Amino acid sequence: MNILIELFTYDFFVNAFLASLLAAISCGIIGTYIVSRRIVFISGGITHASFGGIGMGYYLGINPLVGAGIFSILSGMGIQLFSSKGKVREDSSIAIWWSLGMAIGIIFVYLTPGYAPNLMSYLFGSILTVSTGELWLMLALAVIIILFFTFFYRTILYISFDEDFAKTSDLPVNLFNYLLMILISLTIVLNIRVVGIILILSLLTIPQATANVLTREFGRMMVYSVGFAFLASFIGLLISYSADIPSGATIIFTQVLLFGLVKLIKMLSSSRK
Amino acid sequence: MKKLLEIKNLSAGYDDNVVLENVSMEVYSGDFIGLIGPNGGGKTTLIKTILGLIKPISGELILHISKTNIGYLPQVNQIDKRFPITVIDVVRSGKADSALFSSFRKNTEEKEKAESLLAEMGISAIRNKPIGELSGGQMQRVFLCRALMNEPELLVLDEPSTYVDNNFEGELYLKLKELNEQMAILLISHDVGTISFFVKTIACVNRNLHYHPSNIISEEQLASYNCPLQIITHGNIPHTVLKLHDEHDHHEHTH
Repeated sequence: MNILIELFTYDFFVNAFLASLLAAISCGIIGTYIVSRRIVFISGGITHASFGGIGMGYYLGINPLVGAGIFSILSGMGIQLFSSKGKVREDSSIAIWWSLGMAIGIIFVYLTPGYAPNLMSYLFGSILTVSTGELWLMLALAVIIILFFTFFYRTILYISFDEDFAKTSDLPVNLFNYLLMILISLTIVLNIRVVGIILILSLLTIPQATANVLTREFGRMMVYSVGFAFLASFIGLLISYSADIPSGATIIFTQVLLFGLVKLIKMLSSSRK
Repeated sequence: MKKLLEIKNLSAGYDDNVVLENVSMEVYSGDFIGLIGPNGGGKTTLIKTILGLIKPISGELILHISKTNIGYLPQVNQIDKRFPITVIDVVRSGKADSALFSSFRKNTEEKEKAESLLAEMGISAIRNKPIGELSGGQMQRVFLCRALMNEPELLVLDEPSTYVDNNFEGELYLKLKELNEQMAILLISHDVGTISFFVKTIACVNRNLHYHPSNIISEEQLASYNCPLQIITHGNIPHTVLKLHDEHDHHEHTH
Protein backbone atom coordinates (compact mmCIF):
# COMPACT_ATOMS: atom_id res chain seq x y z
CA MET A 1 0.00 0.00 0.00
CA ASN A 2 2.84 2.36 0.88
CA ILE A 3 4.41 1.68 -2.48
CA LEU A 4 1.15 2.69 -4.14
CA ILE A 5 1.04 5.97 -2.22
CA GLU A 6 4.66 6.55 -3.06
CA LEU A 7 3.93 6.01 -6.75
CA PHE A 8 1.40 8.82 -6.69
CA THR A 9 4.10 11.24 -5.60
CA TYR A 10 5.69 10.85 -9.03
CA ASP A 11 4.29 13.22 -11.66
CA PHE A 12 4.70 10.72 -14.48
CA PHE A 13 2.69 8.17 -12.54
CA VAL A 14 -0.13 10.61 -11.74
CA ASN A 15 -0.24 11.48 -15.44
CA ALA A 16 -0.38 7.82 -16.39
CA PHE A 17 -3.16 7.24 -13.85
CA LEU A 18 -5.20 10.15 -15.24
CA ALA A 19 -4.52 8.97 -18.80
CA SER A 20 -5.90 5.53 -18.02
CA LEU A 21 -8.99 7.08 -16.43
CA LEU A 22 -9.66 9.43 -19.37
CA ALA A 23 -8.92 6.70 -21.91
CA ALA A 24 -11.39 4.45 -20.12
CA ILE A 25 -14.11 7.10 -20.37
CA SER A 26 -13.72 7.85 -24.07
CA CYS A 27 -12.98 4.27 -25.16
CA GLY A 28 -15.65 2.76 -22.91
CA ILE A 29 -18.42 4.92 -24.37
CA ILE A 30 -17.29 5.09 -28.00
CA GLY A 31 -16.36 1.41 -27.95
CA THR A 32 -19.88 0.45 -26.84
CA TYR A 33 -21.24 2.33 -29.83
CA ILE A 34 -18.71 0.67 -32.16
CA VAL A 35 -19.36 -2.85 -30.87
CA SER A 36 -23.15 -2.49 -30.79
CA ARG A 37 -23.22 -1.18 -34.30
CA ARG A 38 -20.75 -3.79 -35.52
CA ILE A 39 -18.31 -1.28 -36.98
CA VAL A 40 -15.22 -2.70 -35.29
CA PHE A 41 -13.54 -3.38 -38.62
CA ILE A 42 -14.13 0.19 -39.81
CA SER A 43 -12.57 1.42 -36.59
CA GLY A 44 -9.56 -0.84 -37.18
CA GLY A 45 -9.20 0.68 -40.65
CA ILE A 46 -9.33 4.23 -39.29
CA THR A 47 -6.80 3.39 -36.57
CA HIS A 48 -4.21 2.00 -38.93
CA ALA A 49 -4.80 4.64 -41.59
CA SER A 50 -3.88 7.26 -38.99
CA PHE A 51 -0.29 6.00 -39.14
CA GLY A 52 -0.06 7.81 -42.48
CA GLY A 53 -0.63 11.06 -40.61
CA ILE A 54 2.01 10.19 -38.01
CA GLY A 55 4.58 9.61 -40.77
CA MET A 56 3.62 12.88 -42.45
CA GLY A 57 3.82 14.69 -39.12
CA TYR A 58 7.43 13.53 -38.72
CA TYR A 59 8.31 14.50 -42.27
CA LEU A 60 6.71 17.96 -42.09
CA GLY A 61 7.89 18.59 -38.54
CA ILE A 62 4.41 19.02 -37.05
CA ASN A 63 2.93 17.12 -34.10
CA PRO A 64 2.36 13.56 -35.39
CA LEU A 65 -0.95 13.40 -33.51
CA VAL A 66 -2.29 16.32 -35.57
CA GLY A 67 -1.41 14.41 -38.73
CA ALA A 68 -3.00 11.29 -37.29
CA GLY A 69 -6.19 13.22 -36.54
CA ILE A 70 -6.47 14.49 -40.09
CA PHE A 71 -5.75 11.06 -41.56
CA SER A 72 -8.20 9.22 -39.35
CA ILE A 73 -11.09 11.58 -40.10
CA LEU A 74 -10.32 11.51 -43.83
CA SER A 75 -10.09 7.73 -43.89
CA GLY A 76 -13.38 7.44 -42.01
CA MET A 77 -15.04 9.56 -44.67
CA GLY A 78 -13.10 7.81 -47.43
CA ILE A 79 -14.28 4.36 -46.37
CA GLN A 80 -17.91 5.52 -46.46
CA LEU A 81 -17.43 7.31 -49.77
CA PHE A 82 -15.77 4.35 -51.49
CA SER A 83 -18.44 1.92 -50.45
CA SER A 84 -21.48 4.15 -50.98
CA LYS A 85 -20.51 6.05 -54.14
CA GLY A 86 -17.66 4.03 -55.59
CA LYS A 87 -19.49 0.70 -55.31
CA VAL A 88 -16.50 -0.92 -53.64
CA ARG A 89 -17.48 -3.63 -51.14
CA GLU A 90 -17.27 -2.15 -47.67
CA ASP A 91 -14.72 -4.60 -46.27
CA SER A 92 -12.50 -4.12 -49.32
CA SER A 93 -12.85 -0.36 -48.97
CA ILE A 94 -11.72 -0.62 -45.33
CA ALA A 95 -8.70 -2.74 -46.30
CA ILE A 96 -7.68 -0.24 -48.99
CA TRP A 97 -7.66 2.70 -46.55
CA TRP A 98 -6.10 0.62 -43.79
CA SER A 99 -3.10 -0.39 -45.88
CA LEU A 100 -2.84 2.90 -47.79
CA GLY A 101 -2.45 4.81 -44.52
CA MET A 102 0.18 2.38 -43.22
CA ALA A 103 2.07 2.57 -46.53
CA ILE A 104 2.10 6.38 -46.55
CA GLY A 105 3.30 6.36 -42.95
CA ILE A 106 6.17 3.98 -43.65
CA ILE A 107 7.32 5.95 -46.71
CA PHE A 108 7.33 9.29 -44.86
CA VAL A 109 9.05 7.91 -41.78
CA TYR A 110 11.73 6.54 -44.12
CA LEU A 111 12.05 9.89 -45.94
CA THR A 112 12.38 11.83 -42.67
CA PRO A 113 16.06 12.65 -42.21
CA GLY A 114 17.62 11.24 -39.06
CA TYR A 115 15.92 9.28 -36.35
CA ALA A 116 12.15 9.42 -35.79
CA PRO A 117 11.82 9.92 -32.03
CA ASN A 118 9.03 8.12 -30.15
CA LEU A 119 7.99 6.13 -33.21
CA MET A 120 7.64 2.99 -31.13
CA SER A 121 5.43 4.81 -28.62
CA TYR A 122 2.92 5.64 -31.37
CA LEU A 123 2.87 2.04 -32.53
CA PHE A 124 2.80 0.30 -29.16
CA GLY A 125 1.79 3.06 -26.76
CA SER A 126 3.60 4.50 -23.79
CA ILE A 127 1.23 5.57 -21.07
CA LEU A 128 4.09 6.52 -18.72
CA THR A 129 5.25 9.29 -21.06
CA VAL A 130 1.87 10.96 -21.73
CA SER A 131 2.34 14.72 -21.46
CA THR A 132 0.19 17.19 -19.53
CA GLY A 133 -0.88 18.83 -22.80
CA GLU A 134 -2.12 15.49 -24.10
CA LEU A 135 -3.99 14.95 -20.84
CA TRP A 136 -5.89 18.21 -21.30
CA LEU A 137 -6.91 17.12 -24.81
CA MET A 138 -8.02 13.75 -23.47
CA LEU A 139 -10.03 15.49 -20.76
CA ALA A 140 -11.72 17.75 -23.32
CA LEU A 141 -12.61 14.73 -25.45
CA ALA A 142 -13.98 12.80 -22.46
CA VAL A 143 -16.19 15.76 -21.52
CA ILE A 144 -17.44 16.19 -25.11
CA ILE A 145 -18.26 12.50 -25.39
CA ILE A 146 -20.08 12.38 -22.05
CA LEU A 147 -22.15 15.45 -22.95
CA PHE A 148 -22.90 14.24 -26.48
CA PHE A 149 -24.02 10.79 -25.36
CA THR A 150 -26.06 12.22 -22.48
CA PHE A 151 -27.81 14.86 -24.59
CA PHE A 152 -28.52 12.55 -27.51
CA TYR A 153 -28.68 9.17 -25.79
CA ARG A 154 -31.96 8.03 -27.34
CA THR A 155 -31.19 9.43 -30.77
CA ILE A 156 -27.89 7.54 -30.87
CA LEU A 157 -29.52 4.39 -29.51
CA TYR A 158 -32.35 4.41 -32.06
CA ILE A 159 -30.12 5.17 -35.04
CA SER A 160 -27.64 2.47 -34.01
CA PHE A 161 -30.32 -0.14 -33.46
CA ASP A 162 -32.32 0.34 -36.65
CA GLU A 163 -31.04 2.96 -39.05
CA ASP A 164 -33.84 2.47 -41.58
CA PHE A 165 -36.54 2.86 -38.96
CA ALA A 166 -34.82 5.98 -37.61
CA LYS A 167 -34.89 7.42 -41.13
CA THR A 168 -38.62 6.81 -41.40
CA SER A 169 -39.04 8.75 -38.14
CA ASP A 170 -37.21 11.74 -39.62
CA LEU A 171 -34.24 11.55 -37.27
CA PRO A 172 -31.11 13.30 -38.65
CA VAL A 173 -29.44 9.95 -39.33
CA ASN A 174 -26.71 11.11 -41.70
CA LEU A 175 -25.69 14.03 -39.49
CA PHE A 176 -25.33 11.72 -36.49
CA ASN A 177 -23.41 9.08 -38.45
CA TYR A 178 -21.02 11.82 -39.49
CA LEU A 179 -20.61 13.29 -35.99
CA LEU A 180 -20.10 9.87 -34.44
CA MET A 181 -17.50 9.01 -37.08
CA ILE A 182 -15.57 12.15 -36.09
CA LEU A 183 -15.81 11.22 -32.40
CA ILE A 184 -14.52 7.73 -33.19
CA SER A 185 -11.57 9.23 -35.07
CA LEU A 186 -10.73 11.63 -32.25
CA THR A 187 -11.02 8.88 -29.65
CA ILE A 188 -8.63 6.72 -31.60
CA VAL A 189 -6.10 9.48 -32.14
CA LEU A 190 -6.05 10.75 -28.58
CA ASN A 191 -5.65 7.25 -27.18
CA ILE A 192 -2.83 6.25 -29.51
CA ARG A 193 -0.33 7.40 -26.87
CA VAL A 194 -1.93 5.16 -24.26
CA VAL A 195 -1.83 1.78 -25.95
CA GLY A 196 -0.59 2.48 -29.47
CA ILE A 197 -2.00 2.06 -32.97
CA ILE A 198 -1.52 -1.69 -33.02
CA LEU A 199 -3.38 -2.29 -29.75
CA ILE A 200 -6.01 0.44 -29.56
CA LEU A 201 -8.80 -1.69 -30.99
CA SER A 202 -8.63 -3.74 -27.81
CA LEU A 203 -9.63 -0.76 -25.61
CA LEU A 204 -12.66 -0.30 -27.87
CA THR A 205 -13.78 -3.93 -27.80
CA ILE A 206 -12.55 -5.99 -24.82
CA PRO A 207 -14.09 -3.93 -21.97
CA GLN A 208 -17.31 -3.93 -24.00
CA ALA A 209 -17.21 -7.71 -24.36
CA THR A 210 -16.72 -7.95 -20.60
CA ALA A 211 -19.61 -5.55 -19.98
CA ASN A 212 -21.76 -7.50 -22.43
CA VAL A 213 -21.39 -10.60 -20.26
CA LEU A 214 -23.25 -8.77 -17.50
CA THR A 215 -25.73 -6.57 -19.37
CA ARG A 216 -27.52 -6.29 -22.67
CA GLU A 217 -28.65 -2.73 -22.29
CA PHE A 218 -26.88 0.03 -24.23
CA GLY A 219 -26.56 2.61 -21.42
CA ARG A 220 -25.44 0.14 -18.78
CA MET A 221 -22.98 -1.39 -21.20
CA MET A 222 -21.33 2.02 -21.58
CA VAL A 223 -21.00 2.54 -17.84
CA TYR A 224 -19.69 -0.98 -17.19
CA SER A 225 -17.27 -0.68 -20.11
CA VAL A 226 -15.79 2.48 -18.66
CA GLY A 227 -15.41 0.70 -15.33
CA PHE A 228 -13.76 -2.40 -16.75
CA ALA A 229 -11.52 -0.38 -19.05
CA PHE A 230 -10.32 1.71 -16.11
CA LEU A 231 -9.84 -1.24 -13.78
CA ALA A 232 -7.79 -3.21 -16.29
CA SER A 233 -5.77 -0.17 -17.39
CA PHE A 234 -4.85 0.70 -13.83
CA ILE A 235 -3.93 -2.85 -12.85
CA GLY A 236 -2.03 -3.23 -16.11
CA LEU A 237 -0.20 -0.01 -15.42
CA LEU A 238 0.88 -1.21 -11.96
CA ILE A 239 2.03 -4.57 -13.29
CA SER A 240 3.91 -3.00 -16.16
CA TYR A 241 5.63 -0.56 -13.81
CA SER A 242 6.65 -3.11 -11.20
CA ALA A 243 7.69 -5.81 -13.67
CA ASP A 244 9.25 -3.28 -16.06
CA ILE A 245 7.46 -4.61 -19.15
CA PRO A 246 5.73 -2.57 -21.92
CA SER A 247 2.62 -0.78 -20.58
CA GLY A 248 0.35 -1.00 -23.66
CA ALA A 249 0.75 -4.74 -24.02
CA THR A 250 0.34 -5.32 -20.28
CA ILE A 251 -2.87 -3.29 -20.20
CA ILE A 252 -4.34 -5.32 -23.07
CA PHE A 253 -3.28 -8.55 -21.40
CA THR A 254 -5.04 -7.47 -18.20
CA GLN A 255 -8.17 -6.58 -20.21
CA VAL A 256 -8.33 -10.10 -21.61
CA LEU A 257 -7.69 -11.68 -18.20
CA LEU A 258 -10.49 -9.60 -16.72
CA PHE A 259 -12.81 -10.65 -19.52
CA GLY A 260 -11.97 -14.31 -18.92
CA LEU A 261 -12.50 -13.92 -15.18
CA VAL A 262 -15.91 -12.23 -15.52
CA LYS A 263 -17.01 -14.77 -18.11
CA LEU A 264 -15.93 -17.63 -15.86
CA ILE A 265 -17.74 -16.23 -12.83
CA LYS A 266 -20.86 -15.71 -14.90
CA MET A 267 -20.72 -19.27 -16.24
CA LEU A 268 -20.22 -20.75 -12.79
CA SER A 269 -23.01 -18.68 -11.23
CA SER A 270 -25.50 -19.47 -14.00
CA SER A 271 -24.70 -23.20 -13.95
CA ARG A 272 -25.42 -23.26 -10.21
CA LYS A 273 -28.96 -21.96 -10.74
CA MET B 1 -62.45 8.23 -47.67
CA LYS B 2 -59.24 10.12 -47.34
CA LYS B 3 -56.50 9.55 -49.84
CA LEU B 4 -53.30 8.78 -47.89
CA LEU B 5 -50.80 8.41 -50.69
CA GLU B 6 -50.48 7.99 -54.41
CA ILE B 7 -47.81 6.50 -56.57
CA LYS B 8 -47.65 7.52 -60.22
CA ASN B 9 -45.66 5.64 -62.89
CA LEU B 10 -42.98 4.87 -60.37
CA SER B 11 -39.80 2.98 -61.17
CA ALA B 12 -37.41 2.06 -58.39
CA GLY B 13 -34.51 -0.25 -57.65
CA TYR B 14 -30.95 -0.52 -56.44
CA ASP B 15 -28.07 0.96 -58.42
CA ASP B 16 -28.61 -0.04 -62.04
CA ASN B 17 -30.97 -2.82 -61.17
CA VAL B 18 -34.58 -1.78 -61.80
CA VAL B 19 -36.86 -3.83 -59.57
CA LEU B 20 -40.13 -1.95 -60.05
CA GLU B 21 -41.23 -0.53 -63.34
CA ASN B 22 -43.99 1.94 -64.02
CA VAL B 23 -46.05 1.17 -60.94
CA SER B 24 -49.12 3.17 -60.02
CA MET B 25 -51.20 2.80 -56.89
CA GLU B 26 -53.34 4.71 -54.41
CA VAL B 27 -53.93 4.02 -50.76
CA TYR B 28 -57.02 5.31 -48.93
CA SER B 29 -57.94 5.36 -45.27
CA GLY B 30 -59.69 2.12 -44.38
CA ASP B 31 -57.73 0.11 -46.93
CA PHE B 32 -56.32 -3.28 -45.99
CA ILE B 33 -54.11 -4.26 -48.90
CA GLY B 34 -52.21 -7.52 -49.13
CA LEU B 35 -49.07 -7.24 -51.23
CA ILE B 36 -48.17 -10.58 -52.74
CA GLY B 37 -45.66 -11.66 -55.32
CA PRO B 38 -42.59 -13.83 -55.84
CA ASN B 39 -39.31 -13.29 -53.98
CA GLY B 40 -37.37 -10.52 -55.66
CA GLY B 41 -40.56 -9.26 -57.28
CA GLY B 42 -40.25 -5.85 -55.61
CA LYS B 43 -42.65 -5.97 -52.65
CA THR B 44 -40.08 -4.70 -50.15
CA THR B 45 -38.71 -2.19 -52.66
CA LEU B 46 -42.22 -0.78 -53.06
CA ILE B 47 -42.76 -0.20 -49.36
CA LYS B 48 -39.23 1.11 -48.85
CA THR B 49 -39.96 3.65 -51.57
CA ILE B 50 -43.19 4.62 -49.83
CA LEU B 51 -41.25 5.05 -46.57
CA GLY B 52 -38.68 7.24 -48.30
CA LEU B 53 -35.82 4.78 -47.75
CA ILE B 54 -35.27 4.37 -51.50
CA LYS B 55 -35.40 7.26 -53.93
CA PRO B 56 -37.49 6.51 -57.01
CA ILE B 57 -35.61 6.33 -60.33
CA SER B 58 -38.55 7.94 -62.07
CA GLY B 59 -42.19 8.64 -61.39
CA GLU B 60 -43.81 10.19 -58.37
CA LEU B 61 -44.67 9.39 -54.79
CA ILE B 62 -47.12 11.80 -53.20
CA LEU B 63 -47.77 11.51 -49.47
CA HIS B 64 -50.90 13.19 -48.18
CA ILE B 65 -49.92 12.37 -44.62
CA SER B 66 -46.70 13.12 -42.78
CA LYS B 67 -43.93 10.55 -43.02
CA THR B 68 -43.99 10.03 -39.27
CA ASN B 69 -47.64 9.10 -39.60
CA ILE B 70 -46.69 5.84 -41.26
CA GLY B 71 -46.02 2.95 -38.88
CA TYR B 72 -43.42 0.49 -40.12
CA LEU B 73 -42.68 -3.10 -39.18
CA PRO B 74 -39.59 -4.24 -41.09
CA GLN B 75 -38.60 -7.79 -41.94
CA VAL B 76 -37.31 -9.42 -38.79
CA ASN B 77 -34.07 -10.53 -40.45
CA GLN B 78 -33.14 -6.86 -40.94
CA ILE B 79 -32.87 -6.48 -37.17
CA ASP B 80 -29.65 -7.14 -35.26
CA LYS B 81 -30.96 -9.43 -32.54
CA ARG B 82 -27.79 -9.19 -30.46
CA PHE B 83 -27.99 -5.42 -30.19
CA PRO B 84 -27.97 -4.38 -26.52
CA ILE B 85 -31.45 -2.92 -26.25
CA THR B 86 -34.45 -3.78 -24.09
CA VAL B 87 -38.04 -4.30 -25.21
CA ILE B 88 -39.32 -1.06 -23.68
CA ASP B 89 -36.64 0.98 -25.46
CA VAL B 90 -37.44 -0.66 -28.81
CA VAL B 91 -41.09 0.27 -28.36
CA ARG B 92 -40.26 3.82 -27.30
CA SER B 93 -38.08 4.22 -30.39
CA GLY B 94 -41.36 4.24 -32.33
CA LYS B 95 -41.76 7.79 -31.15
CA ALA B 96 -38.29 8.63 -32.32
CA ASP B 97 -39.15 12.15 -33.48
CA SER B 98 -39.24 13.11 -29.81
CA ALA B 99 -35.89 11.47 -29.13
CA LEU B 100 -33.73 14.56 -29.67
CA PHE B 101 -32.96 16.09 -26.28
CA SER B 102 -35.28 13.58 -24.61
CA SER B 103 -32.67 13.09 -21.88
CA PHE B 104 -33.89 16.26 -20.21
CA ARG B 105 -37.62 15.71 -20.39
CA LYS B 106 -39.89 13.47 -18.42
CA ASN B 107 -41.50 11.90 -21.49
CA THR B 108 -44.35 10.69 -19.29
CA GLU B 109 -46.87 10.52 -22.11
CA GLU B 110 -44.53 8.57 -24.32
CA LYS B 111 -43.70 6.08 -21.56
CA GLU B 112 -47.37 5.56 -20.76
CA LYS B 113 -48.17 5.00 -24.42
CA ALA B 114 -45.43 2.38 -24.67
CA GLU B 115 -46.63 0.62 -21.51
CA SER B 116 -50.23 0.56 -22.67
CA LEU B 117 -49.24 -0.93 -26.05
CA LEU B 118 -47.18 -3.61 -24.31
CA ALA B 119 -50.18 -4.39 -22.11
CA GLU B 120 -52.49 -4.49 -25.11
CA MET B 121 -50.25 -7.08 -26.80
CA GLY B 122 -49.93 -9.01 -23.54
CA ILE B 123 -46.17 -8.64 -23.29
CA SER B 124 -45.77 -6.30 -20.31
CA ALA B 125 -43.89 -9.02 -18.45
CA ILE B 126 -40.99 -8.91 -20.88
CA ARG B 127 -40.61 -5.13 -20.90
CA ASN B 128 -37.04 -5.17 -19.54
CA LYS B 129 -35.76 -8.16 -21.48
CA PRO B 130 -33.06 -7.68 -24.09
CA ILE B 131 -34.53 -8.36 -27.52
CA GLY B 132 -32.07 -11.19 -28.08
CA GLU B 133 -33.94 -13.32 -25.56
CA LEU B 134 -37.34 -13.11 -27.25
CA SER B 135 -39.16 -15.75 -29.25
CA GLY B 136 -40.18 -15.01 -32.83
CA GLY B 137 -43.75 -14.21 -31.82
CA GLN B 138 -42.70 -11.92 -28.97
CA MET B 139 -40.31 -10.13 -31.30
CA GLN B 140 -43.07 -9.43 -33.84
CA ARG B 141 -45.36 -8.15 -31.07
CA VAL B 142 -42.63 -5.78 -29.90
CA PHE B 143 -42.09 -4.45 -33.41
CA LEU B 144 -45.83 -4.07 -33.89
CA CYS B 145 -45.93 -1.99 -30.67
CA ARG B 146 -43.10 0.15 -32.01
CA ALA B 147 -44.95 0.67 -35.31
CA LEU B 148 -48.06 1.78 -33.40
CA MET B 149 -46.33 4.28 -31.07
CA ASN B 150 -47.10 7.23 -33.31
CA GLU B 151 -50.76 6.25 -33.75
CA PRO B 152 -50.18 6.02 -37.50
CA GLU B 153 -52.77 6.56 -40.20
CA LEU B 154 -51.05 3.94 -42.32
CA LEU B 155 -49.42 0.77 -41.02
CA VAL B 156 -46.89 -0.93 -43.28
CA LEU B 157 -45.82 -4.48 -42.43
CA ASP B 158 -43.14 -6.53 -44.17
CA GLU B 159 -43.68 -10.26 -43.61
CA PRO B 160 -44.87 -10.03 -39.99
CA SER B 161 -45.59 -13.75 -39.86
CA THR B 162 -42.08 -15.07 -40.42
CA TYR B 163 -40.53 -16.98 -37.51
CA VAL B 164 -43.80 -17.07 -35.59
CA ASP B 165 -45.84 -20.06 -34.56
CA ASN B 166 -49.21 -20.76 -36.12
CA ASN B 167 -51.08 -19.66 -33.02
CA PHE B 168 -49.59 -16.23 -33.03
CA GLU B 169 -50.01 -15.90 -36.77
CA GLY B 170 -53.77 -16.23 -36.41
CA GLU B 171 -53.77 -13.88 -33.44
CA LEU B 172 -51.70 -11.33 -35.35
CA TYR B 173 -54.07 -11.23 -38.30
CA LEU B 174 -57.07 -10.83 -36.01
CA LYS B 175 -55.26 -7.95 -34.31
CA LEU B 176 -54.56 -6.35 -37.67
CA LYS B 177 -58.21 -6.67 -38.63
CA GLU B 178 -59.09 -4.82 -35.42
CA LEU B 179 -56.44 -2.14 -36.07
CA ASN B 180 -57.80 -1.69 -39.57
CA GLU B 181 -60.83 0.03 -38.06
CA GLN B 182 -58.53 2.92 -37.11
CA MET B 183 -55.87 2.86 -39.81
CA ALA B 184 -55.09 1.70 -43.32
CA ILE B 185 -52.83 -1.34 -43.58
CA LEU B 186 -50.37 -2.40 -46.23
CA LEU B 187 -49.22 -5.96 -45.60
CA ILE B 188 -46.54 -7.93 -47.41
CA SER B 189 -46.86 -11.65 -47.21
CA HIS B 190 -45.54 -14.69 -48.99
CA ASP B 191 -48.55 -16.59 -47.76
CA VAL B 192 -51.35 -15.60 -50.08
CA GLY B 193 -53.66 -18.31 -48.74
CA THR B 194 -53.72 -16.95 -45.21
CA ILE B 195 -53.73 -13.24 -45.88
CA SER B 196 -56.54 -13.36 -48.43
CA PHE B 197 -58.77 -14.36 -45.52
CA PHE B 198 -58.10 -11.05 -43.76
CA VAL B 199 -57.24 -8.39 -46.31
CA LYS B 200 -59.81 -6.43 -48.28
CA THR B 201 -57.86 -6.15 -51.51
CA ILE B 202 -54.80 -7.77 -53.05
CA ALA B 203 -52.02 -6.23 -55.07
CA CYS B 204 -49.63 -8.46 -56.93
CA VAL B 205 -46.10 -7.12 -57.29
CA ASN B 206 -43.79 -8.68 -59.83
CA ARG B 207 -41.80 -5.88 -61.43
CA ASN B 208 -45.20 -4.43 -62.32
CA LEU B 209 -48.16 -4.05 -60.02
CA HIS B 210 -51.61 -5.49 -60.56
CA TYR B 211 -54.27 -4.28 -58.23
CA HIS B 212 -57.00 -6.79 -57.56
CA PRO B 213 -60.10 -5.18 -56.08
CA SER B 214 -61.12 -8.08 -53.84
CA ASN B 215 -59.53 -10.60 -51.53
CA ILE B 216 -60.38 -13.62 -53.61
CA ILE B 217 -58.03 -14.32 -56.38
CA SER B 218 -57.86 -17.30 -58.70
CA GLU B 219 -54.88 -19.09 -60.07
CA GLU B 220 -55.82 -18.00 -63.56
CA GLN B 221 -55.88 -14.37 -62.47
CA LEU B 222 -52.52 -14.78 -60.81
CA ALA B 223 -51.18 -16.30 -63.98
CA SER B 224 -52.56 -13.50 -66.10
CA TYR B 225 -50.98 -10.99 -63.70
CA ASN B 226 -47.71 -12.78 -64.34
CA CYS B 227 -47.41 -13.39 -60.62
CA PRO B 228 -45.85 -16.80 -60.03
CA LEU B 229 -46.33 -17.83 -56.42
CA GLN B 230 -45.62 -20.77 -54.23
CA ILE B 231 -48.71 -21.43 -52.23
CA ILE B 232 -48.56 -23.42 -49.04
CA THR B 233 -51.67 -24.11 -47.06
CA HIS B 234 -51.45 -24.91 -43.39
CA GLY B 235 -53.52 -27.07 -41.11
CA ASN B 236 -55.29 -24.97 -38.54
CA ILE B 237 -54.94 -21.39 -39.66
CA PRO B 238 -58.09 -20.03 -41.23
CA HIS B 239 -57.36 -19.45 -44.86
CA THR B 240 -59.06 -19.18 -48.17
CA VAL B 241 -57.66 -21.51 -50.69
CA LEU B 242 -57.43 -19.77 -53.95
CA LYS B 243 -59.76 -21.90 -55.86
CA LEU B 244 -60.95 -25.35 -55.11
CA HIS B 245 -58.51 -28.00 -56.07
CA ASP B 246 -57.85 -31.43 -54.64
CA GLU B 247 -56.75 -30.74 -51.10
CA HIS B 248 -54.02 -32.19 -49.00
CA ASP B 249 -53.02 -30.67 -45.75
CA HIS B 250 -49.63 -29.56 -46.81
CA HIS B 251 -48.97 -29.10 -50.46
CA GLU B 252 -47.23 -26.80 -52.73
CA HIS B 253 -47.92 -25.61 -56.23
CA THR B 254 -45.60 -23.85 -58.49
CA HIS B 255 -47.14 -22.03 -61.34
